[in-house]
Amino acid sequence: MTRKQRRLSLIGAALGVLALAVALVLVALNDSIVFFNSPTDVVEKQIKPGTRIRIGGLVKEGSVQRGDRLAVRFDVTDGKSTVAVAYQGLLPDLFREGQGVVAEGALDAAGTFRADSVLAKHDETYMPKEVADALKKQGHWKDDYEKKVGAAQQGKAR
Amino acid sequence: MLMIAELGHYALVLALGLALVQAVVPLVGARKNDPALMAVAAPTAVAQFCFIALAFAALTICYVRSDFSVINVFENSHSAKPLVYKISGVWGNHEGSMLLWVLILSLFGALVASFGNNLPARLKANVLAVQSWIAVAFVLFILVTSNPFLRIPEAPFEGRDLNPILQDPGLAVHPPLLYVGYVGLSISFSFAIAALIDGRIDAAWARWVRPWTLLAWMFLTLGIAMGSYWAYYTLGWGGWWFWDPVENASFMPWLAATALLHSALVMEKRNALKIWTILLAILAFSLSLIGTFLVRSGVLTSVHTFASDPSRGFFILLILVLFIGGALTLFAVRAPLLKQGGLFAPISREGALVLNNLFLVAACGAVFFGTLYPLALEALTDKKISVGAPFFNLTFGPLFVPLLIAVPFGPLLAWKRGDLLGVAQRLTGAAAVAAIAVAVIFAMEGGGGPILVPFAIGLALFVMAGAVTELVERTGLLKVPFGTAFARARGLPRSTWGGALAHFGLGITLLGIIGETQWSVERIAELKPGQTISIRRYELTFDRMAMRQGPNYRELAAHFTVRRLGEEIGVMEPGKRTFPSRGSGTTETALMTRGFSQLYLSLGDLNPDGSLAVRLYYKPLVLLIWLGAVVMVIGGALSLSDRRLRVGAPKPAKAKAKPALAPAE
Repeated sequence: MTRKQRRLSLIGAALGVLALAVALVLVALNDSIVFFNSPTDVVEKQIKPGTRIRIGGLVKEGSVQRGDRLAVRFDVTDGKSTVAVAYQGLLPDLFREGQGVVAEGALDAAGTFRADSVLAKHDETYMPKEVADALKKQGHWKDDYEKKVGAAQQGKAR
Repeated sequence: MLMIAELGHYALVLALGLALVQAVVPLVGARKNDPALMAVAAPTAVAQFCFIALAFAALTICYVRSDFSVINVFENSHSAKPLVYKISGVWGNHEGSMLLWVLILSLFGALVASFGNNLPARLKANVLAVQSWIAVAFVLFILVTSNPFLRIPEAPFEGRDLNPILQDPGLAVHPPLLYVGYVGLSISFSFAIAALIDGRIDAAWARWVRPWTLLAWMFLTLGIAMGSYWAYYTLGWGGWWFWDPVENASFMPWLAATALLHSALVMEKRNALKIWTILLAILAFSLSLIGTFLVRSGVLTSVHTFASDPSRGFFILLILVLFIGGALTLFAVRAPLLKQGGLFAPISREGALVLNNLFLVAACGAVFFGTLYPLALEALTDKKISVGAPFFNLTFGPLFVPLLIAVPFGPLLAWKRGDLLGVAQRLTGAAAVAAIAVAVIFAMEGGGGPILVPFAIGLALFVMAGAVTELVERTGLLKVPFGTAFARARGLPRSTWGGALAHFGLGITLLGIIGETQWSVERIAELKPGQTISIRRYELTFDRMAMRQGPNYRELAAHFTVRRLGEEIGVMEPGKRTFPSRGSGTTETALMTRGFSQLYLSLGDLNPDGSLAVRLYYKPLVLLIWLGAVVMVIGGALSLSDRRLRVGAPKPAKAKAKPALAPAE
């Protein structure tokens, strides 16, 4: 093989791998991306039952009901709209009423959100960013969220 | 009271001054070919390290003494915290961790300065100058936006404590390990830039860069493995890798560094792939910087993001643009001037290493895309998406499979022109091992499980058996008398052993990943004292629970007796801790190791009726995931100890010590 041919075969291999990578990414983007929605989005966009989405907001005060076999139901709110969530399993350590939460799953025909995973924050000063943004949109979030969370938390915990 | 904090602050300012000198003077010296000016680099690099170490020590003293008049200590420490967490708390926050970052950066600079005596003077001066540019940028960043030495006018009596989930032995070591890895790549970067400035690069350059990259790679591997194990046992839901952006931030430099290790090999041995190697060195450290940006800027929220302050994000972004943009521009201008190296046929050791690089870089690209696309989309369209495990499994997985198949072939191919058929024949044994494994697993699963599992296990074993094959081939074991083979084995370069061991470790990790993801069993239940839960052949009886008082927490501890086929084999004591100072808590997982597998038990909520929610897993082969990483690191260490690679070591005088019979290295 001449130098030129060798270089061409190298470039060919590189382009081949690149094409494979791009193809995989495009396929994966179609199949495996999950959109985040606030409760208001869920109501306004009329998301179809069965579509996998994430929702986030605050766990509504007084809405947590525990059933048998670790079943739990609670409402997620962004201050304007509320979505009922059903989940079965262990909740994260920092899952509490009045605090931020993100759930992933799909709506069922009755409009209840069937979650298969529930994420809460890592510590008391951390609010999932999506939740903070969703709350901001509804005007419940005016200044720097760290301070506000701290204050809100102390208010709500007692 | 001594003004320790002020002293630390002052030392850091002095370090900045020294860094500025080191960033400019040697460079001028190298341009003018003035030995006196170039010689400034080494002592300033050492002095810079000493002053940053002083600053770091000062902050540590503030933490140990619980000096809450320092804001940083007040916000992240507590007087009742055990000493080890007071110390690890130094880097358990934004400011302190950035200080650790520059400490390690200057340490590497000082190491090059001290041990680089046989480096060409110009190269050494340029490398240290570039290294110091990075130091200037980051020390300035700390002083301007993230000063850990600020005081509060009226000192509070008690601190706010460290985030409880960070109070763990894993955290004490994970960040330093990872940082040594991240920041260690700065040396390869500085070498690359120095070569571009000088417009000259040769095999000696690669001989210099490879040990540093190897060292950084080893620590990066350990740091990632440690972080993964930490997440596994602290988060309480048994996951060890989440494709979380923060994890990806450390994984991308790892992939690039792995590619760099392999391409530097080609450059050192065959003087080829020069331009590509330089580009990889730049990319690897750029990815480290991007990782630092992602984690430290507050763009992402996670346990790693200690605080978000827009000015910090902006500052790091500026550093990022300046360094990556500058480096790539310099590369674009200067790289075409570098001379082309040796020729090779597509089927050859070089060819195999190019293939390795292509797939590693493509996989790295996929991870990069998946990590940054959601951020870009949100910034541009306000849509929020989550790119999770499914995306990465679908992209990263298929790109890694061909790479893994190729791993055993690479080391067996000859340089320049290889014989694929011959190598395939030599790998028949390894392929047979894999085929038997596929058949056995298939039979065990009874055709029920996912069809890919047996093949994945087969692939892992192929990689492991391939590594063994390489050693068998090199020593001639099975062909020549045992004594001869033993003598040859002793004569093999340590880098050959190291490489084979690292590939073997890769197979081990793969085996663990498949075992854990495919065969893990989960049970969730609510138990009252006296009740039993069973998983596989194990039965766990919930005996009792009790409250305990720790130094700065209260713990609800549950006591379980574990039986296997009716026979008692031990107890497990998971707990839940509450930290009153933070009003939050942690789940303390109980682990019981059985061979390479583990029983994993964590607690959920305590219900009003007295029953306790528990989550129990049986995780087959899970320990292999981290064991494989450790084997890779041992392989790296072995390779690093090879005479021919040792930093600063002259070429071995008696080159004939290499066995003449061993296939060409």
